[in-house]
Amino acid sequence: MALLLILLPLLAAALAVFIKVPVIRVRVLPVTALVHLGLLLVVLRGWRELPLNAWLGLDALGGWVLLVISVLFTICALYAPSYLALRPDRDHRVFTVCLLAFLGLASLLCLARHPGVAWVALETMTLTTAPLIYFNHNRHSVEATWKYLVLGSVGIALALLGTLFVAYAAHMGNLEEPLHYTRLMAEGERLSRPWLRAGFVLTLVGYGTKMGLAPLHSWKPDAYGETPGIVGALLAGGVTSCAFLALLRIYGVVAAAGEGAFARELFLGFGILSMAWALVFMVGQLDFKRLLAYSSVEHMGILVFGIGIGGLAARFALFHLAANALVKSVLFLSAGNIHRSYASKQLPQVTGAIRRTPVSAGLFFLGFLAITGLPPFAPFISEFNIASAALTLGHPLAGTLFLLLLGGIFLTMSDTVMQVVFGVPSPQRVRTPYKDTFATTAPLVVAMVLALGLGLHLPAPLRAMLEAASQTIEGGPPATTVKAVEVPRGLALTEVRP
Amino acid sequence: MSPDFLIALTMLTNFTLVATSRVNKAIQLAVFQGILMGLIPLAMGLGKHTHILLLALVAIAVKGGFIPYLFRRALRQVKIRREVDPYVGYTVSLMLCAAGTGLSLVLAHALPLKAGTTPTFLVPAALATLFTGFLLLVSRRTALTQVVGYLVLENGIYLFGLLLVEEMPVLVETGILLDLFVGVFVMGIVINHIHMTFDSTDTGFLAELKD
Repeated sequence: MALLLILLPLLAAALAVFIKVPVIRVRVLPVTALVHLGLLLVVLRGWRELPLNAWLGLDALGGWVLLVISVLFTICALYAPSYLALRPDRDHRVFTVCLLAFLGLASLLCLARHPGVAWVALETMTLTTAPLIYFNHNRHSVEATWKYLVLGSVGIALALLGTLFVAYAAHMGNLEEPLHYTRLMAEGERLSRPWLRAGFVLTLVGYGTKMGLAPLHSWKPDAYGETPGIVGALLAGGVTSCAFLALLRIYGVVAAAGEGAFARELFLGFGILSMAWALVFMVGQLDFKRLLAYSSVEHMGILVFGIGIGGLAARFALFHLAANALVKSVLFLSAGNIHRSYASKQLPQVTGAIRRTPVSAGLFFLGFLAITGLPPFAPFISEFNIASAALTLGHPLAGTLFLLLLGGIFLTMSDTVMQVVFGVPSPQRVRTPYKDTFATTAPLVVAMVLALGLGLHLPAPLRAMLEAASQTIEGGPPATTVKAVEVPRGLALTEVRP
Repeated sequence: MSPDFLIALTMLTNFTLVATSRVNKAIQLAVFQGILMGLIPLAMGLGKHTHILLLALVAIAVKGGFIPYLFRRALRQVKIRREVDPYVGYTVSLMLCAAGTGLSLVLAHALPLKAGTTPTFLVPAALATLFTGFLLLVSRRTALTQVVGYLVLENGIYLFGLLLVEEMPVLVETGILLDLFVGVFVMGIVINHIHMTFDSTDTGFLAELKD
C-alpha cells in the first residue's frame, strides 16, 4: 500500500511521456495529486505500526513531511492546467513528467528508513527538478539551472560523504548493515564520536545547501527568480522540506548518540545567519520573485533555529514546515499571476497590482502578512512559540535576535510588497491579456484558507503525529514503540489561541 | 599491483589535473582516475565478493567508457580546446592542491580507523581528491572543466566508500553509480544549452543574475 505512494506518481510520469495531446497530459497532474493525497491519508492511519527493520514505511516524521508535500503538490497541480494554458508557446511534456517524478521521489524520501536510500532519492530529485527551472529556455534560466545543478550536486555529494562517515561511525562500533535509522538510534552509544561529529557537519553543509541555508543559498534567488511561480512554490515548500527531513534524520541519530548539544549549536548559528543574510538582501529588493527567494532563506533559517532551541521549539519548527509550505504556495503562485499580468517581475514596472489583478494581488498581500508572522495565520503560531521557547529555555540572546530579525524582515519586505500591491500604477506598464480567473486563483484561496485554519486549530490526529515526530527528531523513542501519544495540556500545540 | 601504488597514482593525478590548461587533457586525466577507481577494490583483494567485483566492473565501464563518450560528444559540439583565464591560476591551484593534500593528512590523522584496516592511506587520499574536485569546480570557467571537477569530487567519495564497501548493500552502491551517470548526463545536456544560448561554454557569461 505504502509502495503505491512512490509508484503511482512515477507510473503517471511514464504515462505522461506517451500522451500526445497537451490538454489531456496536463490533466494527469491534478488526478495523480488527488489520488496520491487520498492514498496518503489512508496509509497515514498506520504510522504507529511501522516494523523496526522495514526499508520503506511511514513513521510520524516522514508522514508529516509527506502530508505537507502532498497537499502542496495538489494545490500546485490544480493550478497547473490553467497556468500552462497561458504558456502555449512552451512545450510542457518534460515539465509535466518532471513534476510527477518529483512527487514520486519525495514519497520515496519520506518513506526511506535508510540514509542511503534517502540520499539516492534526494539526489535524483535534484536532477529531475533541474529541467523545471529551465522551463523558460532563455539566457537567465540557463544560468539559474547551471548554478542549481552545480551547487546542488556539490551539496549532495558532501551529504553523501557525511552519510558514509556516519556509516563508518557505526562500523567502528561493530554495527553492520542494514543500518536503518531506527537501528542507528537504538544503538546510538556504540557509534564512534569523531566520525559521527564529522559526518553531521558534512550532512549539515550538504543538505543545508539543498535547503538554501546562508551562506550556501546562492543558487536560490536565481532559481526562484527565473522559474514559473509553480516551480518556485514546489522548490520552496517541497524540495527544501525534503532536504530538511534528510538532515533531521541524521540529527536524530546524532541526538540519540548523546551529541545533540553540539549539533544544536550549529543549527542555531546557521539559523540566525540565514535570517540575517536574508534581511540584508531584502533591503531595496526590486524583483519580487527574488524577494520571495530570500524569504525562503529566512524561513529555512527559522526551521533550523527551532530545531537548535529544541524541546517545544522543535515541534513548532515541524509545524512551521507546513505553515511555510502553504503560505509560500500562495505567495509564489500569486506572484506568478502578477508576473503574467505585467510581463515583468521588477518594481518600477509592476506597481498597483491590486487594480489590475485584484484577487491575485490581494492574495499576495495576505500571503505577505501571513509569512511575516501576523496572527491568526499558521506561521504566527510557530514563530511566536519558537521565540517564546527560545526565551524560556535558556537562549535569551538568540531569542531576542530572532525577534529583532523577524521585525526587520517584516519592515523591509513590506516596502517592496506595498509598492507592488498598492503603489501608483507605473507609466511603463505593459498591457497583457492576462486576467484573474477562477482556475488561476481558486487553488490559492484553498491554500490560504488551510494556512488560516491551521493557525486556528490543529486536529488531534495531526497533533499526535507532530508530538511523535518531534520525539523522533530529538533521538527519543522511535515512533514504533510509542503506543498512544498523550499530549500534556500545558504543551498542547495551540497554546496561542487568538 | 599494490593498492597503495594505485592510491598514490590517484593523488598524483590530482596534481596533474589542477596544473593542466587543456580541456582535452583534463578529461583524459579524469577518465584515467576513474579507471583507477575501478582497479583499487580489485587490488585490495575485494574481488572475491561477487557484488564488489560487479561494482568495480560497472565503475570501469561508466567512468572509463560511457563518461568519456559523453565528453567526446560535448567536445565535438563546443569545439573548445583550452581553459583560458581561470579564476585561480595554475601555479596557485597547484599550491592550493598541495596545501589541501597536507590538510587531508592532518584531518585523517584526527579520525581513528578501525583496527586492521588496510590500506590506511585511503582516508587522506579520499579527502585530498574531494578537495581537488572542489578546487576545480570553483576555480575554472569552462563548464566542461567544472564537470571534470564534479567527477573528481565523486571519485573522492568513492574512495572513502571503499572503506565500507564490504558492508554496504548493493542498492546503495548502484544508486551512487547511477546518480553519477545521470548527473553527468544532465550536466552534458545543460552544457549543450549553454553553448546554444551563448555560443560559448565559458560560465563567466553566467553572471547576469545577481543582487
